[in-house]
Amino acid sequence: MIDPEMEFFLDPSRCIGCKACFHACAECETHRGVSMIHLDYVDREESVQTVPVVCMHCEDPACAAACPADAIKKTADGVVQSALQSRCIGCSNCVLACPFGVPRTIEAIDQMMKCDLCYDRTSAGKRPMCVTVCPSGALAYGPRREIERLRRERPVSRFEFGEETVRTKVRLMLPGAAEEAEMDVAALMAGEERR
Amino acid sequence: MSGPAWKEDFPVSWVDDHYVTRREFTKSLGLVSCAACVANGALLATAGAAQPPPGGWPRVLVGRVSGVPVGGSFVFDYPAAGDRCILLRLEADRFAAFSQKCTHLGCPVLWQPGPRRLYCPCHEGFFDEEGRVLAGPPPRPLPRIGIEREGDDLWAIGIRS
Repeated sequence: MIDPEMEFFLDPSRCIGCKACFHACAECETHRGVSMIHLDYVDREESVQTVPVVCMHCEDPACAAACPADAIKKTADGVVQSALQSRCIGCSNCVLACPFGVPRTIEAIDQMMKCDLCYDRTSAGKRPMCVTVCPSGALAYGPRREIERLRRERPVSRFEFGEETVRTKVRLMLPGAAEEAEMDVAALMAGEERR
Repeated sequence: MSGPAWKEDFPVSWVDDHYVTRREFTKSLGLVSCAACVANGALLATAGAAQPPPGGWPRVLVGRVSGVPVGGSFVFDYPAAGDRCILLRLEADRFAAFSQKCTHLGCPVLWQPGPRRLYCPCHEGFFDEEGRVLAGPPPRPLPRIGIEREGDDLWAIGIRS
């Protein structure tokens, strides 16, 4: 079991696009050579801003709800696991269902693989691979009060996608946001500011 | 749980998932078979060996030398009443004693003075005068009883497998 005190924090504003997280993930011995996370460019034409895309570990994961093969499972400590190898049929329903664009289908093995919060490490009290190498603190893992003490940004774990509210285990660091602020993703994408 | 019935059969939460795949079931069958195999092996390895009771084997007077002719035999109880054993007087001063329970299915074995062998009539099992299997289904030699002679007295002093 993962220590409930320890939480994962994602701060895209700190990301420098070095891809250290991507490569560290691929070095993990349980899935050697294949990274289960990726790096997104926010608006490559206009900006150099990048975002590490790790799984947000939703309370009610859309990927698992969309899986026809019952291959995605959530553990009692709230971690949404990668697809079970014996069950995944490589249909990519989860890839389309995820509101954060996390799962990727690995065509070579016809399986979906996604971030599982380094369950083998975190359940043994270690930090995830990506966190251990991130040079800028865009990825952090630790007690929430410590992060709140060290940073100006506030952790958010509730997201609005139109009329759908998604709560996550991983927290996104947002500048100036109030405690447990809502983030209306749909409105933001449409270019409308809303608090 | 609310929602459609299939959600109870295929829950997202791993804790609520009681679905057993064919592979998992087959694996459990294999593991249980292996465990049974190992347990049987351990039982077989220890079943043949007589374990001494706490405090060691008792020393029991079982008979007199003058009461048994050379080439003859008699039956006695050792280590407890009901544990039948058979004593053989092979030569004037050579004695051997064995548990009378055949190592095949437990029938009492009988001494045949002519061919000088122990015979189990149930399934035609034969043992030589040292308790070793000569023929038939018995899988192991007969457990041997240690015998000590003191003057005219014969004492049973322990069981060796």
